[in-house]
Amino acid sequence: MPYRYLDDIATADVAFEAWGQTLEELFIAAADATMNVMVEDLTTIIPREHRTIRAEADAIDMLLFEFLQELIYYKDAERLLLRVSRVHIDRRDDHALLAAEASGEELDPQKHELLVDVKAVTLHRFQVERTADGWRAMVILDI
Amino acid sequence: MAIPEDIRKISDTVWEIPPTHKPGMRVPARIYATEKLLREMDEGVFDQVTNVATLPGILKYAYCMPDGHWGYGFPIGGVAAMDARTGVISPGGIGFDINCGMRLVLTNLTYEEVKPHLRELVDKLFQRVPAGVGSTGFVRISHDEFRQVVEQGARWCIKNGYGWPEDLERTEEGGCIAGADASKISQKAVERGYKQIGTLGSGNHYLEIQVAKPENVFDRRLAEAFGITLPNQVVIMFHCGSRGFGHQVATDYLQIFLKVMETKYGIKILDRELACAPFHSPEGQDYFAAMKCGINMSFANRQVILHRIREVFSDVFHKDPADLGLHQVYDVAHNTAKLEKHVVDGEVRDVLVHRKGATRAFGPGMEGLPDIYRETGQPVIIGGSMETGSYLLAGIPSGDQTFYTTAHGSGRTMSRRKARKQFQGKKLQKEMEARGIYVRSVSYSGLAEEAGPAYKNIDDVIEATELAGISKRVVRFVPIGNIKG
Repeated sequence: MPYRYLDDIATADVAFEAWGQTLEELFIAAADATMNVMVEDLTTIIPREHRTIRAEADAIDMLLFEFLQELIYYKDAERLLLRVSRVHIDRRDDHALLAAEASGEELDPQKHELLVDVKAVTLHRFQVERTADGWRAMVILDI
Repeated sequence: MAIPEDIRKISDTVWEIPPTHKPGMRVPARIYATEKLLREMDEGVFDQVTNVATLPGILKYAYCMPDGHWGYGFPIGGVAAMDARTGVISPGGIGFDINCGMRLVLTNLTYEEVKPHLRELVDKLFQRVPAGVGSTGFVRISHDEFRQVVEQGARWCIKNGYGWPEDLERTEEGGCIAGADASKISQKAVERGYKQIGTLGSGNHYLEIQVAKPENVFDRRLAEAFGITLPNQVVIMFHCGSRGFGHQVATDYLQIFLKVMETKYGIKILDRELACAPFHSPEGQDYFAAMKCGINMSFANRQVILHRIREVFSDVFHKDPADLGLHQVYDVAHNTAKLEKHVVDGEVRDVLVHRKGATRAFGPGMEGLPDIYRETGQPVIIGGSMETGSYLLAGIPSGDQTFYTTAHGSGRTMSRRKARKQFQGKKLQKEMEARGIYVRSVSYSGLAEEAGPAYKNIDDVIEATELAGISKRVVRFVPIGNIKG
């Protein structure tokens, strides 16, 4: 798994670190890290429904913020648990555009072992940075 | 380890960090805690409360209550009163779960009468009050009707048969805060929330059946005024908020504020989660009106849950809810910003009080209290961990030192991940049952995260609020049945 949860940050919430060789890989890893807070086993989510996620922001970190927020939106608005298979990011001088393919199914407590709900992506210590071998993000989710 | 070296002891329960601690601090930070609680606080508290002290328009101090712990933006337990003319409003000072709060309901039943029916009560409540990830409620309404709900709050519920008119006067703001404007909320927020009325959510949200043992009544006069009159009287307490709707409202405005804060208003902050706008700016006023919709959604949510509780007790005991004495004591908000009048430097001023994981605790005689509690002071409902106990407190005159604000719960000391490693949900459920607490949860790991030792000692927290003079103990309750989100 290209992500790990951090035990000692933000007592009542969940912090994670995700990484990837490319920005696209990082975004997919962060999406799984977010869903994995709510669902114990991501492989139990069958790709029956498909959604295209689009986001636009003036910086790459805010693009990740908006992208993760979309997954939380679908979880409440359509009760959809989604996994992201493909991300395309178009970076321009002063803004960035994202199109992602996500698929999954309606949550079913009989089938999906549910953990805790994610309320929101917070901006506390929120970070997307380039590293020696790719990209890394630090995210704290409000529980 | 984490306590800053320049902290100064003001009294046994008040600690001050001076403005020289960090560049940009406009006021000192004050932490309300006994020395023991102070030492248990994580480093995030000190960093975050001093960040809050840098916000424009902050009056007197940036506060942290005795249950304080590391949050995002403000610490949990953070309080900041902003001058309404010159200060800012910040979603990070309210929380994503706008008007997360507590409601306390009486019964005229004793523990002996409830005990034989406890499993049935908890099982039925578990069925009728949905909890957990993405849960939806039984109220089926359109987007347009939901927009009415968020403008009218619990009043909408009473009009539609989900409650009694008396419930309104026993809710902060009469169950409907004035000035909520649904034209200031996004369609996304509506879509996230319109099916979620009457649901608990997850995390630390719960519904509990509790007992007031005679030895746990600390102030008989106030207890009676609040309706605790029988030995071993059973009460119901629950904790939840504005669900996906409130979370989206906060997210929407966090993004709006980030775009204008520095470029349009020249405000610099130390943590982006403290994004803010001048209270009187168009953006600040829009958020205030949208946030009030979140407050009302939460009042409506708790009102519908109360309606379900009355249905379940009525079913189980084959009696009318009125004959079971299912009166609400009060409903308190602990994630809000409210415009209030306070005396600052000898002058009455309009103040926007941000309370994030902190409860308003108005003293006797204060405006804003319903007639039934004008003499007593405000009932303050504090939820402890599911294994230990909870409290009913009262606001007192010396609460003016914190803009009439006190704690909101136990406060965590252990992270969720650590608790999951240390405790097992199924085992915990069995152990609690052996100790007379019957628990149902949609998630065993969620249950493990809420284990008693993951929290501070509730008695220590409440003692600190009483020693500091920001609220007064009335009754302590012990849990016998619990539904966990």
